[in-house]
Amino acid sequence: MKKTEKWITNTIRIAGSSSIFFVMMIFIFLMREGIPALHDVSIGRLLSKRWYPIEDLYGILPLISGSLIVTITSMVIALPFGLGTAIYIGEIAPQGVKEILKPLVEVLAGIPSVVLGFIGILVLSPLMRTGLNLPTGLTALTGAILLALISIPTIVSIAEDALYAVPASYREAAYALGATQWQIIWQIVLPAARSGILNAVMLGVGRSLGETMAVMMVTGNAPTLFSGLEAFISPVRTMTATIASEMGEVASGSTHYRILFFIGIILFFFSLIINVASSSLSVRPKRGKDQVVS
Amino acid sequence: MSDIKISIRDLHVRYKDGKYPLRGITMDIIANKTNVVFGPAGGGKSTLIRVLNRLIDLSDVEDIKGEVLLDGVNILAPEIDVIELRRRVGVVFSRPIPLPLTIFENISFGLEVAGEKDKRKIARKVEHALRQAVLWDEIYDRLDYPASSLSGGQQQRLCLARVLALEPEVILLDEPTSALDPVSTAKIEDFLKIAEKDYTFLLAPHNQQQAARVADYAAFFLQGKLVEYAVGEELFFNPKKKETSDYIQGRFG
Amino acid sequence: MSAVSFSEAPKSKVDRKLVQTLGFMGIRLITIVTILPILGIVAYIAYKGLPAISWEFLSAMPKDGMRAGGILPAIVGTFYLMIGTAVFSIPLGIAAGIYLAEYATDNLWTRMIRIAIISLGGVPSVVYGLFGLGMFVLFFKMGISILSAVLTLSIMTLPVIISTSEEALRSVPYKFRVVGISLGGTQWQTIHKVILPQALPGIVTGIILGLERAVGETAPILFTGATFFLPHLPSSPLDATMALPYHIYVISTQIPGMPITIQYGTVLVLLVFVLAMNIIASVIRSRARAKRQW
Repeated sequence: MKKTEKWITNTIRIAGSSSIFFVMMIFIFLMREGIPALHDVSIGRLLSKRWYPIEDLYGILPLISGSLIVTITSMVIALPFGLGTAIYIGEIAPQGVKEILKPLVEVLAGIPSVVLGFIGILVLSPLMRTGLNLPTGLTALTGAILLALISIPTIVSIAEDALYAVPASYREAAYALGATQWQIIWQIVLPAARSGILNAVMLGVGRSLGETMAVMMVTGNAPTLFSGLEAFISPVRTMTATIASEMGEVASGSTHYRILFFIGIILFFFSLIINVASSSLSVRPKRGKDQVVS
Repeated sequence: MSDIKISIRDLHVRYKDGKYPLRGITMDIIANKTNVVFGPAGGGKSTLIRVLNRLIDLSDVEDIKGEVLLDGVNILAPEIDVIELRRRVGVVFSRPIPLPLTIFENISFGLEVAGEKDKRKIARKVEHALRQAVLWDEIYDRLDYPASSLSGGQQQRLCLARVLALEPEVILLDEPTSALDPVSTAKIEDFLKIAEKDYTFLLAPHNQQQAARVADYAAFFLQGKLVEYAVGEELFFNPKKKETSDYIQGRFG
Repeated sequence: MSAVSFSEAPKSKVDRKLVQTLGFMGIRLITIVTILPILGIVAYIAYKGLPAISWEFLSAMPKDGMRAGGILPAIVGTFYLMIGTAVFSIPLGIAAGIYLAEYATDNLWTRMIRIAIISLGGVPSVVYGLFGLGMFVLFFKMGISILSAVLTLSIMTLPVIISTSEEALRSVPYKFRVVGISLGGTQWQTIHKVILPQALPGIVTGIILGLERAVGETAPILFTGATFFLPHLPSSPLDATMALPYHIYVISTQIPGMPITIQYGTVLVLLVFVLAMNIIASVIRSRARAKRQW
C-alpha cells in the first residue's frame, strides 16, 4: 500500500512538471534550427524590406507588417462585437437567452480555422471583391474579418468572466443612487472589469497573431510592406502563413529553412510575452482551504 | 480513577497565520468514558480534536509542542503511522459531511482503504456499523442510494457509522449535533451512553446542557488554556474556579 | 473609480431611459451580428455539403485525382490522430491536473509550472508544427508520420486538459478530502475514490474540448504527419496520413477543377465531427451539474 502510494505520488509529481519540460523542448528545438539563420543572413538583411527567398532576399519586415495589419484590424473589428456580446450575455440577456447564446459562442470557438478559411475563399472573398470593387477579394481585410470571427469567442468568454467578477455590491450601490442599468454598465461595471477586458483583448491578439490556416487561405500571400491605407484591401502575407506555405518546399538545413524557424522563434516569443502578461491580469479567484470542516 | 486512554502533556499549537489556539494543555482522557471539553468558541476545542488524530497535518501549522500519549505512545512523534492512528482515533465533524458516494460506500470507504477486500466481510461490517448507529432499520433497503438523499440527522448517524465500521478505540466528536434537530440529537446522545463500554469518547458539546447531560469527565477550555478539569457533575454543579462558574452561569461567552 | 457622480449628467429621467433603450438596442444588434454568421456558416455548409454525403463518400478511397470517390483515408487519418493524441495527452494531462490541484504548494516551482502551461496554451499552432518537425520528424528521425503528428498534437492539447482537470478537481469541496483522510485514507486513495469520480465529468469535458481542437488543427500536422494523398490507408504509426483539415486545405487551394460539392461535403464531415464533440461535451457538463451532490 505504502509503496503504491509513493509510486503514484512520484508519477503525478513528474507529470505535473512536464509542462516546463515541453516548453523548454520547444524553445530548444526552435533555437537549434532557427538561430543558425543569423549565421547565414545578417540582422541587417533580415530587417530589410523584401521577402523573396528565391533570390536570397530574406527581409522579414513585410511579414511582420502583414501580421500586424491583419491582427490589429481584426481586433478593431472583434473588440466591439466581442465586448458587446459579452455585455449582452453577462448583463442584459434573460437567463433563457443566455443559455442559448453561450453554447453558440462555444460552437464558433470549435469551428476549425481551416473551415473558416474555406468559407473565406468561397463566400467572403467574392463578396469583398464585388462589394468593394477590388481586383481580388484575397486581402488583409478579408483575413482580418476571419480572424475577428476566430478571436471573438475568446474575447466574449474572458470579458464575460471579467464582468461576472465585478462585485454585486457595486451594482447595488449604484442602483441605490438611482442610476439606470445602462449607466451602471458603462460607469461602474466596465471600469471595474477593465483589467479583465484588457486580458481578453491581449489573448485575442495572441490568438490572431498565431492563427495560420484561415489567414494563409484568404490574404492573398503577397509579402508587401505597409504603405498606406490601400494596404488593408490589398493582399498581404503574415509570418504564420509564410512558415506554413513555404516550409513544405524548402530543404531542411538550408538558409531558407532556418529563417522560417527564426520567424517561428519570433512568434514564439511574441506569444509568450502576450500570454504571460495577460495571465497576470487574469481575474480567476483563488481557492483557500478555509471552507474546511468544523 | 479509571484507566487513562490519552494523556496530553503541555500541548501548544500555533498556526502560520498567527493564531495560537492551544497554550499549554495538560489533561487526561479517560478510557471508556465520555470526556467533554467545553467552553466559549475559539477556546481551542476543535484544534485539540484535530491534533488527536493528526488531521492537523492538513493545516498550516507553525509549530506543535508537547506530548500526546495514546496508550503511552506519543502520537506527535514523526515515526507515528498517521494512517493507522486515524483508524484508531475516529472523528465526527460538526456538520454531516457524507462523501458524495452511496450510503454503503460511505461506510465501506474506510474499510477498503484499510485494505479489506473480502466483500462479504465488508457487507457484514457495514451492517453492523449501521445497526450500532441506530440507522440500519431506516435505510437497510436503500444502501445504494446517494448518501446525500438522507436527512441531516440520518447523515450524521451515517458519519458516525462509517467511523464505527473501522472499530476505533477513540471517537472524537466535534459539536456533532450542532446542525441537528432535537430528536436526532437525542439519538446520538443515547448512542454515547450505550457505547461507552466499547469506546472512549471525546466530545466538544454543542451547548452546556448537552455537556451536563453526557459528561463523565469535563474540561473547561478558555482561550487555549485548561481552566478546570473534573468529574462531570462536579464541574457543572460545583465549579472551583471563578471563570468556570461565570461561564456556566452565563455571565460571558 | 472615477465615475460615481451620476448627477453630472443633468438630463431628465426620460432622457436617461431613452439612452438606455437605444443602448440596449445597439448591444442587441451587435450580439445578433456576432451570432448570425456562426449559424449562417454552419447552416450554409450543411446546405451545400449534404448533397455530397453518401455512404460511398464516407467509405471509399478518392478517385480521379481526388475529384471523385470518397474521403475515407482523410476520415480514418483524422480518427487515428485523435486516438493517438488521446493516448498521450489524457493520462499526462490528468496527472498534471491532479498535481496542481491536489499536491502542489504555492512555491516558485509551481508558479513556473503555471507559466509553462500558459505558454504552451499560447504557442501558435504553426510553431507547434515547426517544433514537431525539428524534434520528432528530424531529430528523433520519426519522419513525417502519424507518430510525429500525434506527439506534436498531444503537447498542444496538454494545457487544455491540464487546466480543465485542475479546475474540475478544485471545484470538488475541500471537506471531502478532510473526511477521506480522517477515515484513514491516504491522500491518493481519497483522490482516487472520492475526488476524481466527482471531477470526472469536468475532466471529460476538458478532454473532449482539447481533442476537438486537435482534430480541427491543420498547421501542427502540416510538416509532421499530413500528406497530400495516400493511395491506401496508413498501416503503421510511422506512415504519413491524410487528415480532414489538411485535406480541406488541399482541395480548396491546391487542386484546380475540384468539384464544389465534394469540397463542401468534406467540410461538412469535419464540421459534424467537431460539433458533435462540442455537443457531447456540453451534454456531459450539464448532466453532471444536475446530478451533483454538493
